Amino acid sequence: MQHLDDIEKKAKAAVDKKALFGDDLDLAQYDRSFVPHKYLADQEMCALPQDEQQRMLMSGLDVTGKGRGGTYVQKDTTVIHCHSMQDGVEVLPAKAALEKYDWVKDYFWKLVAPDQDKYTASAALELHDGYVIRALPGSKSIYPIQACLYIEKENLQQNVHNLIVVEEGAELHVITGCATSPTMKKGVHVGISEFFVKKNAKLSFTMIHNWAEEMDVRPRSVARVEEGGVFINNYICMKPVRSIQMYPVTYLAGENSTAMFYSIIVGTPGSNFDVGGRTFLQKPGCRAEIIQRAISNGAHVMNRGHLIGEAPGIKAHLECKGLLLNGGVIDSVPQLSAHVEGVDMSHEAAVGKVAQEEIHYLMSRGLSESESISTIVRGFLNIDIMGLPPMLKAEIDKAIDMSDKDAL
Amino acid sequence: MLLIDDLQVELGGKILLKDIHLEIKPGETHILFGPNGSGKTSLLMTIMGYPQYEVKRGTITFKGVDITHAPIDERARLGIGMSYQRPPTINGLKTRQMVDICAKNKVDAEQMAQSLNFAEFLDRDVNAGFSGGEIKRSELLQLKAQDPDLIMFDEPESGVDIENMALIGKTIARLLQKDLGRENAKSVATVRKDRTKMGLIITHTGYILDYVPADKGQVLYEGVLACAGNPREIFQCIGEAGYEECVKCNI
Repeated sequence: MQHLDDIEKKAKAAVDKKALFGDDLDLAQYDRSFVPHKYLADQEMCALPQDEQQRMLMSGLDVTGKGRGGTYVQKDTTVIHCHSMQDGVEVLPAKAALEKYDWVKDYFWKLVAPDQDKYTASAALELHDGYVIRALPGSKSIYPIQACLYIEKENLQQNVHNLIVVEEGAELHVITGCATSPTMKKGVHVGISEFFVKKNAKLSFTMIHNWAEEMDVRPRSVARVEEGGVFINNYICMKPVRSIQMYPVTYLAGENSTAMFYSIIVGTPGSNFDVGGRTFLQKPGCRAEIIQRAISNGAHVMNRGHLIGEAPGIKAHLECKGLLLNGGVIDSVPQLSAHVEGVDMSHEAAVGKVAQEEIHYLMSRGLSESESISTIVRGFLNIDIMGLPPMLKAEIDKAIDMSDKDAL
Repeated sequence: MLLIDDLQVELGGKILLKDIHLEIKPGETHILFGPNGSGKTSLLMTIMGYPQYEVKRGTITFKGVDITHAPIDERARLGIGMSYQRPPTINGLKTRQMVDICAKNKVDAEQMAQSLNFAEFLDRDVNAGFSGGEIKRSELLQLKAQDPDLIMFDEPESGVDIENMALIGKTIARLLQKDLGRENAKSVATVRKDRTKMGLIITHTGYILDYVPADKGQVLYEGVLACAGNPREIFQCIGEAGYEECVKCNI
């Protein structure tokens, strides 16, 4: 077992280590000191100011907890609400979980390296909190667990470490929203996430970002999927942000395991995205799919995707489509690596503008030109995500609809 | 009424149509014949308002409104609709949503699709991977929902199997009020008098004539409307003597 001292030592050595991708941030500019907030009971959650509730709702967090199996809310550095209503599912603040259970240490920092870069190092050395969600063997949850990482304090660097463990044969859905308060402008979010999907287990993880214009965001997440396991990862960001750089990695470590990545990005002027995903298919019968949709209204969107086939009989597909609506730049970087014979891997990438022919077709059915364009764009973003409970699917559609109204 | 007067149209600097005069009165359906490349589709696209078809001379008037330079959506709202031969696929837009767009949410898409044996396609993206016959049924479903007053059909029979031809033919006849609509207990005379819909149909095979009693046939030859007359007679003439011979006479 890796000792906590060892983690600290590694992290200390990496405090100045630049990340492989994305603009380098000077973390010395930001405040990481603790910000106290009062813990809120269920009914007090509903008494949060309307505009805050709205920001949370747009990131998928319903303060009433209706249709949810549990809730975790962290404001700045402090957990303000945490509970589970679902049998077989535990939801705990990360720090409390580390104290309460020995097993948490068996997972912490086992997939993400504390010395990967200055951001992981900072999270290892100055952790605020985060959530630990564990679905017990065989437990099946219908309602998603919702989590929200909220930032209110100007110039804060929020350091979060999340852990999700889905035990053998269990099914878990998690929806995580990251948002800033309506007045907050500048800050950094560093989020470490480690996902363990055990044998024949299923995890769907949906992340919705709702940041502010001068936020810099550096998530670092790695997932490991065992035999027959399924990991579905959805990412939606349609709001302005200064920069997001992330490159989540998935190891399909067991036979016949599956990973599906879907991302939808609408980039507004001044935003800089460097996003994507990398999946290692390590055993026979593994399947992976990366589906990316990016729209630029003046943003720079770098979409990366890398599929690595290391075992025969794997199947992997990467689809990256970009639409330039109003200036900006879209870079599409799909990559396939085949290490053995007998792999089936493909990619398709396309970047373009809205086709005149489609606009005219809709206009001949009575829509105006601008209605036609927004209908086509809405369709472009409408990717069929497989294997989600209908309610969560509806939730994602709602998030797209709501953001879509402002963004387009 | 659709009134086209002395129309000249260019595409990319090349003259496609010239000296076009066409008048379709309420209740009338016209058939447009012509060899490949004679400008039939261009004429329909020009009437629909596709901006790449540049009107260099003449006017198009519909219901008394000069629409020569009106945008496509304005013409659609005025009551012009078109069934395309090769419509584009719109990814992520379901056929059901398209029906709602056409009907401004005023019809039951499910019920309407059933009448065209098309209900199972409602949750598929518009035209995505549709066969020739499926595209026709999709187009007819959209037009049925849109219910325009002037409907133009670009080769409604192409790619359609024999089994579906009757369905498509009858649907077009119904859209153009060319069936006798006996089920609503009106006299044939009343039905005929009440007709308001106008139709313009491009056909190569002539199959559609078995279902839609058309009022007039026209031959478009090298960008010019060369002759007009009884559609069956023109079709017969083309079949026996060919287009070139046919346009020499004025039936």
